[in-house]
Amino acid sequence: MAYSNKVLDHYNNPRNVGSFDRDDPVVGTGVVGAPECGDVMKLQIKVNKATGLIEEARFKTFGCGSAIASSSLATVWLKGKSLDQALEIKNTSIVEELALPPVKVHCSVLAEDAIKAAVRDYQQKQGSCEAETTAVAVTA
Amino acid sequence: MALSLPVYMDNNSTTPCDPRVVEAMLPYFTEKFGNAASRNHAFGWQAEEAVENAREQVAELIGASPKEIIFTSGATESNNLAIKGVASMYRKKGNHIITCVTEHKAVIDPCKRLERDGWNVTWLPVDSEGRVDPQEVRDAITDQTILVSIMVANNEVGTIQPIAEIGAICKEKGFLFHTDAVQAAGKIPLDVQKMGIDLLSLSGHKMYGPKGVGALYVRRKDPRVRLDAIQDGGGHERGMRSGTLAVPLIVGLGAAAEIARKEMPEENARLTRLRERLRQGIMGQLDHVEVNGHSTERLPGNMNLSFGFVEGEGLMMGIKDIAVSSGSACTSASLEPSYVLKALGADDERAHSSIRFGIGRFNTDEEIDFVIRDVVRAVNHLREMSPLYEMHRAGIDLKTVQWVGH
Repeated sequence: MAYSNKVLDHYNNPRNVGSFDRDDPVVGTGVVGAPECGDVMKLQIKVNKATGLIEEARFKTFGCGSAIASSSLATVWLKGKSLDQALEIKNTSIVEELALPPVKVHCSVLAEDAIKAAVRDYQQKQGSCEAETTAVAVTA
Repeated sequence: MALSLPVYMDNNSTTPCDPRVVEAMLPYFTEKFGNAASRNHAFGWQAEEAVENAREQVAELIGASPKEIIFTSGATESNNLAIKGVASMYRKKGNHIITCVTEHKAVIDPCKRLERDGWNVTWLPVDSEGRVDPQEVRDAITDQTILVSIMVANNEVGTIQPIAEIGAICKEKGFLFHTDAVQAAGKIPLDVQKMGIDLLSLSGHKMYGPKGVGALYVRRKDPRVRLDAIQDGGGHERGMRSGTLAVPLIVGLGAAAEIARKEMPEENARLTRLRERLRQGIMGQLDHVEVNGHSTERLPGNMNLSFGFVEGEGLMMGIKDIAVSSGSACTSASLEPSYVLKALGADDERAHSSIRFGIGRFNTDEEIDFVIRDVVRAVNHLREMSPLYEMHRAGIDLKTVQWVGH
């Protein structure tokens, strides 16, 4: 199976490889997939609390070239988006952009799942922080 | 000599034709084009002579007599003919077949078809290095057993089975022994007498001959093996395989067999040396690399390695100047990781991370060194990108992680 030029480009020059501190309150982390399935994606977003926009995104992926390209592309697309806009990224757009063949569609699904998981993680962190603040406020 | 890219190191999949083989074949496409079955003119005699010469060459490779060689279209046909042909012919004697889980699909699927049609098949397991225990063959025998089919060497992990021991059991118990010798023929010494083999399949294109031709050895005495033909017609090949003989291809198979036989001792030593150079070169520079298959009982040119924390197809993409294979699901149509590696007890992750290097006649030391460098570079690159490697370095046991599968 031949890869599209865009998949090759992201594979050879992956954008935003790396990790943020997952305990940082402004970082949301999504880890999806499983080693026995042959792909694991870790996708992280760093959110500017003032603007509510994703300032930076990072990924690390264990998987085939299409999985690596899908997550690399996701980090590019996430940068500068609000959380709501991030949740609107659909796997079909990734499939289209990277010209993924049907057998590789699951890689794009995984990337969409990773985005959702990262946003959820960030929101939960914020939620729990707020809850904490509220709790403190009540006891005070 | 300058390195020419890409490097072909997938010789368990197929091999290029040796130029000497092509040279032997060429006249049989044009001036010597006769039908080997034409008994009444020089064109036919010429073709028949060439076929009989090839029959001798193939027979000599495996210690058989030329009359015991049936030419086919390849090893898939040979395996089908052997298994289904025996099953049908000996149906009254019994309906039980013994084979093993790491066989090639060309053995597994005919056996599965027979299972659907009412035969009983015992699927023997293998140990962690891919070997069948001959004692398990013995234990699986019933009074209905008519055939054992165990390959000589595995196509993925290169493990060589204890064929002579299994053959001896079959002789002792009086039923037939078929072996798929596709990977082994022309690579390691085979002797149908010493190994107690009654039927043996081999293929041209795995031993530097042409694609589209193979052979089935069918023993003629002690015992005389009979087969129900699958393909009926002109009664060629002792009635076991009708169809006009593919003279140029058969000539090529014969030439390939002769070259392989004559060069085997030297070539085996060279391939074993290259294989170990590759293994040591890679494992000396990378940690978390595991050998799949047997450490010593394996084909000289086969090395199958799993690279921890790296997915096989992703790795193949990173070494795009090297043609290899992977047991990763992503490279298979079924999206299932290699059933062979799973049968060895490897977990799915290890199967996903496996690469098969098939070193062959035309590979050089320079190529091995290039492959070592390129694989080490790509694995390091991918590990930097791997969340699993990151977790491993952080001291997290990946086996304890609750993964969210999809």
